[in-house]
Amino acid sequence: MTSNTPPTSKGALAKREARLAWGLLTPTITIVSLVILLPLLAIFWISFKPIGLADLRTITPVVKESLRKKGDDYRIEYRVRNSSQSKPIENVSFTDIIPNDLTLSNVTEPCALAGNVLTCTFGTMDPGYSERLRFPVLLNTDKDTAESISEGSKPVVVGKGDSVLTNSEFTLDNFRRIFDSKEFASVLWATVFYTVVGTIGALVVGLFAALLLNRSFKGQGILRGLYLFPYVSPIIAVAFTWVTLFDPFSGSFNVLLLQMGVTEQPINFFGQKPQALLMVTVFEIWRYFPLSFLFILARMQSIDTDMYEAADMDGASPFQKFWYLSVPQLLGILSVLFLLRFIWTFNKFDDIFLLTGGNAGTRTLTVNVYEQAFAISNIGAGAAVAVVIFAVLLCFSVLFLKYVSREEGL
Amino acid sequence: MNALRHGLVTSLLLGVLWLMVVATTVAVVISFTTGDAARPALLGCVVMGLVAGLLTLFINHKVAAWVIGLALAIAFVYSPLSPIVLAEGLESSRKLIAGILLGVSTAIPLEYMLRGLGPGKLTRHVFEEAVIRFLLGVGYIFFTAIVLVPFYVMVMTSLKSQQALLKNPLDFSIDFTQGTALFRSYFELFTQFNFGQYLWTSFYVSVLTVVITLLFSVPGAYAVARLEFRGRAAFSRSILLIYMVPLIVLALPIYIVYSMTGLRNTVSGLILIYPVTTIPVALYMLQGYFRGLPEEVEEAGLMDGLSRLKVIWKITLPLALPALVSVSLYIFMIAWNEFLLAFMLLDDPNKFTLTRGVSMLNSSEIPRQHLMAGSVIATVPVMVLFLTLERFMTRGLTAGSVKG
Repeated sequence: MTSNTPPTSKGALAKREARLAWGLLTPTITIVSLVILLPLLAIFWISFKPIGLADLRTITPVVKESLRKKGDDYRIEYRVRNSSQSKPIENVSFTDIIPNDLTLSNVTEPCALAGNVLTCTFGTMDPGYSERLRFPVLLNTDKDTAESISEGSKPVVVGKGDSVLTNSEFTLDNFRRIFDSKEFASVLWATVFYTVVGTIGALVVGLFAALLLNRSFKGQGILRGLYLFPYVSPIIAVAFTWVTLFDPFSGSFNVLLLQMGVTEQPINFFGQKPQALLMVTVFEIWRYFPLSFLFILARMQSIDTDMYEAADMDGASPFQKFWYLSVPQLLGILSVLFLLRFIWTFNKFDDIFLLTGGNAGTRTLTVNVYEQAFAISNIGAGAAVAVVIFAVLLCFSVLFLKYVSREEGL
Repeated sequence: MNALRHGLVTSLLLGVLWLMVVATTVAVVISFTTGDAARPALLGCVVMGLVAGLLTLFINHKVAAWVIGLALAIAFVYSPLSPIVLAEGLESSRKLIAGILLGVSTAIPLEYMLRGLGPGKLTRHVFEEAVIRFLLGVGYIFFTAIVLVPFYVMVMTSLKSQQALLKNPLDFSIDFTQGTALFRSYFELFTQFNFGQYLWTSFYVSVLTVVITLLFSVPGAYAVARLEFRGRAAFSRSILLIYMVPLIVLALPIYIVYSMTGLRNTVSGLILIYPVTTIPVALYMLQGYFRGLPEEVEEAGLMDGLSRLKVIWKITLPLALPALVSVSLYIFMIAWNEFLLAFMLLDDPNKFTLTRGVSMLNSSEIPRQHLMAGSVIATVPVMVLFLTLERFMTRGLTAGSVKG
């Protein structure tokens, strides 16, 4: 008797479907790995490299040829130099074809003339090397033609500088540098404060906003649209508006506070140590509460109303209904939102960069990447910070996949 | 708590608290619109709050409560116990306006909050209802204020002149007599700062980003949502993971590669990189939508002899059209608002996108109102899109997410 188990091998149809699936996915996978995975690998590589912003320019030997006149004699001058002041170039040489109407004489080391081909070999060129080679020349034509033909044949230069990006020089200095510095403690504190307070704040404020709008009244739609404004508008516009509003000299908010007698002196909200971090966090809450409110509101509106009617019958008060009925129903979406927002707040760069530029104790890890790489021009150190960020994120994503993917059904 | 659950105590307390809220709000509104000095006074708030609470509790007629509240507020504003102190030497009509504002925003909400309250002991239900109505009122004022004030300041600052701004930063009243000179900041941005071109660059970069993103993500999302293949779960998860890689981490190597290949400082370089940052988002959103579509319709199509690709083209896509609109809008918004990459990769003022152009205005040599006018120009297009297609937008936001 045969057993009734489903076939174990794939049928033709299933195979065709899988092939189609991979066909549809290939373009996406290719482009995403090109532009996301490769850079990630590059970041790891760079973080172990002693590389600054200036090293991005390729190092090459430069040769300039010119025809000069000294007294009655003419000579050809080759100006040879190393474009880098700090790195040597290996195996440098150049060849130049001397036109027929010119005759070189007295060709000396490091050059040699074979037929009408001039070859000069330099070997290793030291950093900042610069030399002029001059050879007397006899002209068989007039000066102008000689000039144009001699300079018309460009010397062919060989020799490549050793690029820091590709050589085998590695260092741990970048990591030592970012971990050792006293700043690191303050960067870490700013990151933790900004992320934790910002996330929780946006959730709590979003919950309140959702409670306000979870009832039908005239203008509910308008208010809902209005409360989404902070999130929808370009970051650059709202960030600069906040800076304008809270400016210590011409900001309206400070004038208002002075006038109401809250403070005696204008407060430099984005420029002083304790307030600046608080202000960027408040900004973060202001900008992202709409997102949590939208999600929470959607969840609230899908809660079954029967439950509330039953509670009414049993004489539950409004606060009791909220605490014992609504909150348990919302816990799922709240925890998902918390985890996602936590990661996104941790990743945030633009907001702080635009508001304070990372000054006054607001430099988070992400701002530190920019600061190290571009302000201090040390790309290696910037990459090292990026690696740290990536490591932290990897830990988060384990958590994320464990909890969120279950909620989202992935 | 139990002592509070007494009609008299509750209404007096809510009256005082509400008056503090309203007096502060009205003072801020007066300051922000006229630039006159106005501030709330605690003693006035307490006294008027007690009176208003008491009156509202005992007057059971709606309109009567309104009228009496209004009269009360006006009387208080002219008395030495005014809850709002205006600057010395202002004409009397200003006080009247303050009184009317205060009266309206006290009497009507307070009557609503204290509805159903009697002077005696209250049940828990009635008491909490009243407290909730009070909190709702405070909430609406608070949220509307924190959202509106920055946008109000943005628009109004862009219309002021430098001198007016420095003279009184609170004075946002508009002098209509100057006619078109009102819009001089905008005019200068378009004539001297090349903003027309930035607007156009931003527009076509965003549109191209949307198109390219959809081209890649629609097939990908469909495959993940519908087709069976090995590695589907792993792929689905890696979308989420990639979604979480911060842009600043990628920006550094991209900057290096672009510097070396000469793609830096070109708009095409930007168009090349934007879709890649949005494809994971779009994949994530679209696969959710595709999963929500009824599978039976597609199967019917397959039965009738359509190929998979035809099914996608003729059945799935038309059904998912609203979803595509949502995703497109969301991606357009991301691309339009994008700042970091544009800032790092573009240096040449001829190739700026709008956000990059606005960030250029943030300098001490360029007046503030230009910066704000630039911000308004950057904000208005997304706002118009958002307000006209709000339904799609909200859906796009909730489905996609939680990307910041």
